[in-house]
Amino acid sequence: MALLEIQDLHARVEGHEILKGLNLTINAGEVHSIMGPNGSGKSTLAAVLARRETYEVTRGRVLFNGKDLLEMKPEDAACEGVFLAFQYPVEIPGIGNAYFVRSAMNAIRKFHGQDELDAMDFLPLYKERMKILEMDDKLVNRSVNEGFSGGEKKRNEILQMAMLEPKLAILDETDSGLDIDALRIVAKGVNAMRGPDRAFLVITHYQRLLDYITPDFVHVLVDGKIVRSGGPELALELEDKGYGPSEADVPQALPA
Amino acid sequence: MSSTVETIRGLAEQDYKWGFVTDIAEDRAPKGLSEDIVRLISARKGEPEFMLEWRLNALRHWFRMAKEEGAPTWANLTIAPIDYQNISYYSAPKKKPQLESLDQVDPELLRTYEKLGIPLNEQKMFSGVAVDAVFDSVSVATTFKGKLAEMGVIFCSFSEAVQKHPELIKKYLGTVVPHTDNFYAALNAAVFTDGSFVYVPKGVRCPMELSTYFRINAAETGQFERTLIIADEGAYVSYLEGCTAPIRDENQLHAAVVELIALDNAQIKYSTVQNWYPGDKEGRGGIYNFVTKRGKCLGVNSKISWTQVETGSAITWKYPSCILQGDNSVGEFYSVALTNNRQQADTGTKMIHIGKNTRSTIVSKGISAGYGQNTYRGQVKILKSATGARNYTQCDSLLIGDRCGAHTFPYIEVRNASARMEHEASTSKIGENQLFYLRQRGLTAENAVSMIVNGFCKTVFKELPMEFAVEAQKLLGVSLEGSVG
Repeated sequence: MALLEIQDLHARVEGHEILKGLNLTINAGEVHSIMGPNGSGKSTLAAVLARRETYEVTRGRVLFNGKDLLEMKPEDAACEGVFLAFQYPVEIPGIGNAYFVRSAMNAIRKFHGQDELDAMDFLPLYKERMKILEMDDKLVNRSVNEGFSGGEKKRNEILQMAMLEPKLAILDETDSGLDIDALRIVAKGVNAMRGPDRAFLVITHYQRLLDYITPDFVHVLVDGKIVRSGGPELALELEDKGYGPSEADVPQALPA
Repeated sequence: MSSTVETIRGLAEQDYKWGFVTDIAEDRAPKGLSEDIVRLISARKGEPEFMLEWRLNALRHWFRMAKEEGAPTWANLTIAPIDYQNISYYSAPKKKPQLESLDQVDPELLRTYEKLGIPLNEQKMFSGVAVDAVFDSVSVATTFKGKLAEMGVIFCSFSEAVQKHPELIKKYLGTVVPHTDNFYAALNAAVFTDGSFVYVPKGVRCPMELSTYFRINAAETGQFERTLIIADEGAYVSYLEGCTAPIRDENQLHAAVVELIALDNAQIKYSTVQNWYPGDKEGRGGIYNFVTKRGKCLGVNSKISWTQVETGSAITWKYPSCILQGDNSVGEFYSVALTNNRQQADTGTKMIHIGKNTRSTIVSKGISAGYGQNTYRGQVKILKSATGARNYTQCDSLLIGDRCGAHTFPYIEVRNASARMEHEASTSKIGENQLFYLRQRGLTAENAVSMIVNGFCKTVFKELPMEFAVEAQKLLGVSLEGSVG
C-alpha cells in the first residue's frame, strides 16, 4: 500500500480553482520533489494535504496510510503523521519554543495512546536535535519563532519535524530566503531523517535545494496538474530550460 | 475557516462550571434602602456610634447623588437600570459559628468550599495559605490567626476589626476611597456588611500570602464588601482575592471597596482572580461588579502592586488605582480581562503621581470572544509636584472571532515637564494562520486558542503568586472553552 495516494484532486481557495486534477503516489522511503512556476498550485497542494480549512477540495480523493485524509481535521492529520514545514512559520508570542514542541509531541503521543513525556525526558532529546541543526541554545526558551531570523525560523521547522518524527514530511519552499550555510544545515537535518518508514515531499522553486537533498522523483506542476515526472536529472533540465512543458514528454510517468 | 469559527464559538459557549447553590437558613433584612436599614445593619453588627454616623453620612450623600445625577454613565457599558429598593442589603448565615475550630462551621458550607477547591480543611491549611472565607456577608472561618498574631499581623474580618481595633479603623477608613468618591463607593460605605482587614506592623514581612475567598450565594442579595489593608513602615504583605459564585437568574449587584495604605518603605501586593457568574450565552443573569479599589503610597519608597485576572461577571466596572504620594513611590497595575458571550468589561487603572521620582507601570491585556465587549480605561496624571515622574503603559487587545469588540481610552495628563511617559498599544486577532500552525502540530483547536491566549497574558501571569498563576491559566482555558474560530 502506498503511503500517500492522491487521485484527481481538485481544490480551490477564495473561489479560485487552483488544483485541477492532480495525481500523485508516494511510497514510504521515497523523496519526491515538486517544482513549478509561481501560482501553479505547489503551496495549495501542501495546504490541502495538511488539511488547512481555507482550502476547499471540490473533487478527488486522498488516502494516507489507507485512511481518507480529506475527512481529517488538521490536528488529526498531524497526529496520523503528516507534517508541514511552513514557508512562513508563525510567531506565537509568550509561548516558549521547547514548551510548544513538547506540547505538540504529547498531543501526538496521546493520540496514539502513549504516555506523555515530561520535561526531563524531553529536554536532552530536544537539545541534541538542536545541535544537529546548529541552533543556538538560547533559542530553547525563546517564544515560538519570535525574534527568530528567517534562517532560524526554517531551522526551527526542521527541528520540530525531527522531534515529531512524521511519516510524511512536506517541505513548503523551505529553501526560500536561506543563505547557503543555512541551506546546508537544513538539508543535513532532512537527510538525517531519511529512512525506509518516512517519505518527503519537497516543494521548491529552485534546483539549488536538490543539490543537497537528492530526490527519488521530480514532478513538474503547472496550472494545477502534474505535467511531467522524472528522476533527479529532470530538476537540472528545468533549471536549464524553464518550466515550459515540452510536448514530447507529456504522458505522465507515475512513480511506482 | 468556518469550522475554526465553529470551534471558537464552541469554546465561548462552555457552561459555567461552578454553578451550585448552598442551602443554608438565612437571616435577611427586608428589601429596600433607608436609614432604618443602615441602622439595622449597624446594630446587628454591634458597631460603635462612630461607624453608624459614618454610614448614615454616606447614605445621605448617596441619596443626594441618586437624586441629582444617578449612577455614572461614562463607562462604555450597557447596563439595565438597577432598582436599588428591590435589593436586600443584609443577609447572614443563621448558625453563626465560633471561629476557633472548623468543626463548628456548617458542614454544608464546608462542602461548598470543597467544590470550589478552597483549602479550608486541615491538610490543605499546611499549603501556607491563610483563608478568611467570606460567605455572603459574614466571615465564618479564619485560619492561621495564631501564627500571624505572633508577628503582630492582624488579619480578620472587617466586623471584628471594628470591635477590636477601632483606633485603626477610625484612622484609616475612607482615607483612600472617601464615601464621596463615587456612586458605588457611597452605597458601599452606607451598607457594607463585612470584608477583610489587614494590618502589618512596622518592619514585619508577612510570612504567608493572605487569601480571601468571596462567594455570593443568596439570590438577589447584593454583596457589599469592604477591605482595608495597612502596611506600616517597612512592612510587606501579599494579599490574594479569589472568587466564584453559583448560577442565578437575577442580576446580582456587587459593589465592593478596597483601600490599601502603604507607609514609608512598605509594600503591598494585591492579586485577584475573579470568576463570578458571567450570565448565560444570551446575557441573562450574571454578576454586576462595580468595584472601587485604590491604594495610597503614603510613605516614601513605598510600593503598591495590583494584579488582576478578570474572567467572570456580566458587567465589570473596576479601576484599581494608585495614588503615589510619597517620594520615590511605585505603583503597578497588571491586568488580564476576558469577556466572552455577552460579557462587558470597562476596566483599567489610575496612576496619580504626586511625589517626586514616582514611577508607575501599567500592563493591560484584554481578550474578547463571542459578543464580549472589552474596554481599557486608564488615566495617568502627573501633578506639578511630581518632578522626575515616569510611567510606562502597555495596553494590548486580543480578539477571538469577529463579533466581539475591544476599546481603549487612555487619558494622560502631565503638569510637570520633567515627566517621562511611554505608551504602547496593540490590537491583534487570533489569526487563522496561528491556529492552523498549532493544529498542524497536533494540538486541538481549543488547546491552540488556549495556548495563544496564555502566551498573550504571560507578562501578567508571571506577576501572580505561583499557585494563583496556575489557577488563572486553567480559568482562562475554561472561560474560553467552546469559543474557537
